Order: sequence, then C-alpha cells, then structure tokens
Amino acid sequence: MIAELGLAALWLAAALALLQLLLALGFAKADGAKAARPLALLQAILTLLAFGSLIAVFLRTDLSVALVFENSHSAKPWLYKFAGTWGNHEGSMLLWVAVLSVSGAALAVLEKRINEKMLVASLGAQAALGLGFYAFLLFASNPFARLNPAPLEGRGLNPLLQDPGLAFHPPTLYLGYVGLSVAFSLAVGAMLTRQVDAPLARAMRPWVLASWIFLTLGITAGSYWAYYELGWGGWWFWDPVENASLMPWLAATALLHSVNVLAARGGLRSWTMMLAVVAFSMSMVGTFLVRSGILTSVHAFAVDPQRGTFILALLAIYVGAALILFAARAATIREGAPFKPVSREGALVVNNLLLSVILGVVFVGTLYPIIAEALSGEKISVGPPYFNAVAGPLALILGALLFVGPLLRWRSDRRPLAKWVLPSALIALVVVGISFAFAPEMSLLARFGLAFGTALLPASILPLFGRSLKRTPLAVWGMVVAHLGVGVALIGMASDSAFTQEKLTVARPGDKMQVGPWLIELAGIAPVAGPNWTAIEAHLRASRGGGTETLRPQARTFTSPFTETSETAIHTAWNGQFYAVIGRQRDEGWQLRLWWKPFVTLIWLGGVLIGIGGLIALVGRLWRERRWGRQVAE
Amino acid sequence: MKPKHQRLTLAVLAIIAVAAAVLLAMWGLRDRAAYFFTPAEVAIGKAQQGAAIRLGGMVKKGSIRQRSDGVTIDFIVTDGSHDVPVVYRGITPDLFKEGSGVVAEGRMRGKTFVADTILAKHDERYMPPQMGNEVAEHAAVKTVQQ
Amino acid sequence: MSRPVRFVPIALLVVFLAFVAWRLTVPADTTIRSKLEGKPVPSFALPEALPARATFGSTDLATGKPRIVNFFASWCVPCIAEAPVLRELKAKGVAIDGIAVRDRPEDIAEFLKENGDPYQRIGADAQSNVQMALGSSGVPESFVVDGRGIIRYQHVGPIMPQDLDLILTELEKAK
Repeated sequence: MIAELGLAALWLAAALALLQLLLALGFAKADGAKAARPLALLQAILTLLAFGSLIAVFLRTDLSVALVFENSHSAKPWLYKFAGTWGNHEGSMLLWVAVLSVSGAALAVLEKRINEKMLVASLGAQAALGLGFYAFLLFASNPFARLNPAPLEGRGLNPLLQDPGLAFHPPTLYLGYVGLSVAFSLAVGAMLTRQVDAPLARAMRPWVLASWIFLTLGITAGSYWAYYELGWGGWWFWDPVENASLMPWLAATALLHSVNVLAARGGLRSWTMMLAVVAFSMSMVGTFLVRSGILTSVHAFAVDPQRGTFILALLAIYVGAALILFAARAATIREGAPFKPVSREGALVVNNLLLSVILGVVFVGTLYPIIAEALSGEKISVGPPYFNAVAGPLALILGALLFVGPLLRWRSDRRPLAKWVLPSALIALVVVGISFAFAPEMSLLARFGLAFGTALLPASILPLFGRSLKRTPLAVWGMVVAHLGVGVALIGMASDSAFTQEKLTVARPGDKMQVGPWLIELAGIAPVAGPNWTAIEAHLRASRGGGTETLRPQARTFTSPFTETSETAIHTAWNGQFYAVIGRQRDEGWQLRLWWKPFVTLIWLGGVLIGIGGLIALVGRLWRERRWGRQVAE
Repeated sequence: MKPKHQRLTLAVLAIIAVAAAVLLAMWGLRDRAAYFFTPAEVAIGKAQQGAAIRLGGMVKKGSIRQRSDGVTIDFIVTDGSHDVPVVYRGITPDLFKEGSGVVAEGRMRGKTFVADTILAKHDERYMPPQMGNEVAEHAAVKTVQQ
Repeated sequence: MSRPVRFVPIALLVVFLAFVAWRLTVPADTTIRSKLEGKPVPSFALPEALPARATFGSTDLATGKPRIVNFFASWCVPCIAEAPVLRELKAKGVAIDGIAVRDRPEDIAEFLKENGDPYQRIGADAQSNVQMALGSSGVPESFVVDGRGIIRYQHVGPIMPQDLDLILTELEKAK
C-alpha cells in the first residue's frame, strides 16, 4: 500500500505542476500569484510524501517493490537500508524531484523582494522543470514498480556503496544541483518580465549561496570518501563523475561573484543571467553524464542510455529555451553602471573570466573522449596529466588574484595598492625561495601552490584591516573565511603532492619498516567477519617518538553480491595522515601499501572553511534583509 | 567609457574567454590524452615512447612472474597474435588473473610497457544497453501473467 | 549587444548536443570478445553444482551434436531475463549445459525453481576459472560448441527473444 500511496502522490504532484505552469502562462488571468503559491507548497508536500514512502518500503525491506529487491537485502544494517533509498537511479531521481519541488515551495512562500508578475513567471519556469522530471520518473524510472510474486531475498547493494559517507554525500550534492534550479527559474522569470535588475540579484543571491555551500561541502565530502574508500591514496581523480560535480561548482562560484556586482552596482546584467542558465545547465549535464553512462568511470553506477536520452532531451528543451530567451531579450537588458578596469568590478570580471575558462577546459576535457571518437574513431581517455597541466595554472592565477581583488573599491580604485599587495607577494617569494633550497625536486604546480596558499593566509584577512570589526558586515566575514579556506586547501594540495612518502612492500608478522617519520610494525594478521562480509585484517603498530597508534586495514570479501574491497586504515595526526592498505598474500608475507601524507587534511579543512564562509555570508545576507524589511514595514 | 561600449568590451571578453578555453583545452589534449592501444598496434610502433597510453588485452597464460621484492610483477598482455611485456609495481586488483582481460595505464619504455595502474576488466554485473528497464519490464510481464 | 554574439551560447549548446546524441546512438562497444572462437574448448572439469545433478567437463562437450554452454548465476539479474528464452531453446530440442559462476548450491536450486531449469548438466565454477579460461568476462554469456568440441560462437549478455533466430542459425551452422 505504501508504494501505491507514493506513486499516487507523485502523479498528483505532476498534475499540480501542470496547473502551475498553465497559471504562469496566463490561462487563469485573475490573481495568478495567489494560486501559484499554495500550488507550489502542495507539490512539495506531495513529493516529500512520495520520497517518505520510498524510505518506508526500504526500511521495511518490502521485497515486492522491484527497486528494494534489486538494491537491498534484509541482512543489511538499517543505515544502509535507509541510504539505499537514494543509492540507486530511481531513488536518486525521486530525491532530485523532491528537492526541486521543495525549492519551488520555498521560493513561493519566502520570496517577497520581487514583484508578483516576476514571481509567477519564475514559478512557472520551476513548474516546467518539475514537469519534465515527473515525466522522467513516472514513464522511464518508476521507483515504486512492483514484483509479483515477491522474491524471498533482495540482491543487496554494491558493497562499495555501503559506507556512512555515502549516506549523506549524494543528498548534499543534490541540494546544491537542484538549488541552482531556483537561480535558473528566477533568471528566466526576470528575462520574461524584462526586470533584470538589482532586486532580482538580491533575491537570487541567497539561493546561489545556499546551493554553492552544499556543492562545496558535497564535493569536499566526496573527495574524502574517494580518498579513504578507494584505497589509492589520491583525493581527486578527475573522473567524469567527479567532474560532473565540479563543473556546476565552478559555474556557481562565478555566479556567486557576478550576482554581487549586479546586487551592489547593477552591473554585469546579461552576464549574470547567462551564468544562472549555465550553472543549472551544468547540474543537468552532470546528472546526465552520471546517469547515462556515456563516459566510463571508476564510480560504477548501473547505467542506461535510454534514460540518458530522456535527461538529454530535458536538457535540450530547458537550456535551449532559456538560451533562446536570452538571445531574444539580451538587447533589452539595460547596461549597468560603468566602472574602471582597476576596481572591484574589474577584479570580479577577471575572476569570472578565469572561472569560465577553467570550466570550459574541464568541460572539453571531460567530453573529449566522445568528441575524438566521433571525429577520428580513436578511443582515448583524458586523465590527471591533462587536467592538472591545464586547469592547475589557471587556478593558481585565480589564487594570486585573491591577493588584491577583495581589497579593491567599487567603480574605481586609484589608491596606491602596492603597499597592500607587496607583503603577500613577498611571502610567496620567500616560500618559493625556501622550497628551492630544501626541496629542489618539487613540481612547479606544487611549489607555487604552496607559495600562494601560504601568502593567502594573511592576504585573505587584509580586507578586515582599517574596519571596525564589530561593524563589519557578516558577508565580509564570510568572504574572508572562504578565501582563507582557499589558501588552506591550496597548502594541503601542494603538501600532499610534494611531501607524501609511500612504501610498497611485502611484510611478515613481526617485520618493521620506516615510512617518513613513522616506524611501523606488522603485529599480526587475523581473519574477521561482519554481517555480510569476511575479511583479512592486518594489525599495524605505528609509532614516532611518543606513543603507539594501532591501524587495522582490511581486505574484505562481500557475499551478496560477491565483491572484494579494501578497507583503508587512517591515523590522523596534527600534521598529516598515516594511510595503510593491505593487499594480497605473497608466500608467507602480505603486501602492504603505506603512505605518510603531511598536512593532507588541510585539503578538506580548507573545503569546510570555504563552506563555512559561505554559510556566514548567507546568514549575514538573510539577517540584514530581514532587518531592512522590518524597517521598511515600519 | 560609455556604458554601451563597456558592455561590448565585456561581451567580447567573454567570447575570447570561451575561445581561449577551447584552444587551451585542445593544446593540452594534444599530448596529454591517453590513447588506447592494443598489442598489435604497439607491435607496429604506433605507441609513442614515453607518452601516457592505455594498453588493453588479455593477460597471457603462465606469464605472470613475481619479482623477489613481492610487489613487482612482470606479465605479458596479448591479443592472441602479438605480445607486449608489462612490468607493474603495486597491489593488483582482485580480478587480475591469467587469462583475464586487462587494461593497463602507463607508458612504453623500449619494448616494455611500464604500468602505473592496472584496471581488471571483469564486470560481473554488467548490463548490456538493451537491458535498461529489464527488471521493471520483467516484473510487469510477470504481473500480467498472474 | 551585437546580434551574432547573442547566438554563440545556443551554437555551443547545439554542438554539445550533437556530439552527445551521437554517442547515445552509437554506444561504445565495451564487450570483450573471446579469442577462442573457432578453437577447441580448453580442457576443464567442473565439480557438481547441485547434489545428485550431473556435471560435465570439456571432454563431455564433443557429443557429435552442437550444444550451448551457458554461464549463469543466481545473483545475476539479466540471467532471469534470458531464462524464458533458454526454456524455449530447450523446447526446440537444443541441448544446454549450465555453468553456475560464483554461486552456492541452495541459491542455484532456488534460482532454478523460480526461473525454470533448461539445463541438461550443471557444473559449478566457484572461482570463475573456467569462465576466464573460455574468455568470458561477464554473466550471462553463452557459447555455441559444435559436435567436435570447437567453440563456434560467443554470445555476450543475455539471449533475448530477438536473439533467438541468431542463436538457432549459429547452431545450424555448427552442425
């Protein structure tokens, strides 16, 4: 019954979306907005009901539902039954739709800055987006399809996906992806009603910020997940699935900066509209790449070109329509206030151009295997050598821009900036010098990453100088924290690539070995068992100077379905991580792969700082607007 | 500068950025994309020395040799008619076995392929394209029959 | 903004769609073909998959008549889909031997009870050794073996109803 309830809720929500779209198109003249708001809210409740139903059938392991049968198993721990709800295609698309409609409802209920006409147009765009995805769910990937008779046991879940990190990683990314749909709808609504102006930017800004925070945290978490789950010691593989989440983030980062120019100075109007369309397009491209499986990836999903075609068709319709609208309305969008090249606007334009180029480079690199095969029939793969060499230097230039950009004033800045920039440049230079003296072998990218990252630590705080800290707006604090995070992450990345020490060896119980500053002893090897797996576990004692740490890496064998995975053991010290993987038996010994990675944790700490910075800015913006709104009301 | 001129400048800049991205990508891809080669293609010298490539084929029966350090292996990738000797240092994937399909990432050094990564090609859960909605359709058929 | 510039984004979108649509219509060929087509079955002997059920080895395949060797597993979803087609082949008098890959007797019994049992003999390949020896890289896969024990045709993936004629033709050719 629960499954039928969910399905019915989904159909009803689709009908409401259609109604909402018709309202926006002007079929009901009178008071469109009054009806549009409750419609959007009701839709959100219904999709949440549908998603709740799916969670319920997963928790009860109702095997008469095909999706549960394929992806779950009664022996699975409850957390993975729960996470299994969205650990598959249908469930994740239902989650996507639920988030989409909740965003639409939030827009309808909370948005008071833009006028009714534009709101109705935006809600119409949101309903159009929703309709496509409802159709996708109901016609091409029904999560509630029944099996009759019900099988006795489920087929389990990919063991690689049985991990607490995965329970929360995809939903976080989806919140980010789909949150960008509101920016898209607002841009479409604004272009339709010819009101591309600063109030629109202020309405759009919190949505962009919130999506961007989720994307940042989602990517950071995903990177850490790949780092400890895959057991390869790397934290970013430039895999198509990873790029699928990076591309919307790059576009959202550019949008986040340009929307500020529009909100504060009324400038970059067309460009911001363009970016809002591109950012959501990238979310859809990302979903398409992951779900269609046209690019092969280490993060294996069950894929299906037919579903890919459906998503591609939706993408073509939505993005195509938005771009045609853009082309039609671009001439009517007014010019913003002019500015000099050396100004806050100027710096943000350079930021946007660099981010766009990085986005383009990642986009072309990700899709190049398809392009090459279409043009010349050659099968190729594009990996880290390309992305690091091309996107790396661009990212470094962007980092260097942070020395000066945030210090500039709007419109025009004629102050002598040298005294502000000089200390940062000097720090960077000193770090480069020191690194040449002590680590002449470092790669260029790592060397400059380390230098710029270190210089960014003080440079990112500079915008606070000469301000009364009490009266500094939270948005400025947020910016400072986020830029600090960029510096921290840069140091972590550079340190990991330059100073990591690796040891690959065969050891017998009792053997000792040295990895960086650590003395490692293989104390023993023992078999262990879990609810649905058995494993060989190594018992490692790691010491350096003081106490002894114990690490227990495992080589696991899952029974349902049969799969082998390796469980990494990681010890986190204040200045880095010790990372251990156990391999295969060789004669009387066992293969061990051990890494000492100094300051690798800074990568994710930086990512979290960037997210926290975004959160501070978001709270600041919302709080300020509430106060401002109250003042207007009085 | 007039607002109108400024807007034109920005639009041109944006176009230049897009063009630059494409050109930069093409330049980067020229020598950094890893091409996929079969042993036959390696035999006629198609694979450039030292360039990052992928080598795909079968692990020749009886060719896996463990070196005394316990972590380096030598083996031969074959397509039935041509052989390429491969050396790899690291932990091999579970599905890496003699007679199984393999894709190795690395580069040619002389006549030997030095692998950085080994991807065993043995997906037990593969779904051919036509299998898309198979389970759901299968379920529907079953329901109708009942 | 000048007129042509406005249409650049649409042009880029069209280029993207063109390439991606091409890939969707021409899916990458990721199947791995066995190198053994036209060659004798490599020698193997399988332990029994079910108690009191005949098993077989490579020497039992040269029976003078073509037959099918089918790799399956109870944990394999596409195998359920091809089960009706295998039953149909059996009804047409085709001899089919099954090789259960990485499976347990009780699961195999359950699978056969649910999906029908088209097999004359079933062998167990607990570690996929025979599967790899035949150059098969997934489940399900089927091989047409002629009367002299030579592999004549490899079918990658499930045998769907539309593949039935193809299989029957291959069996005819192998006579």
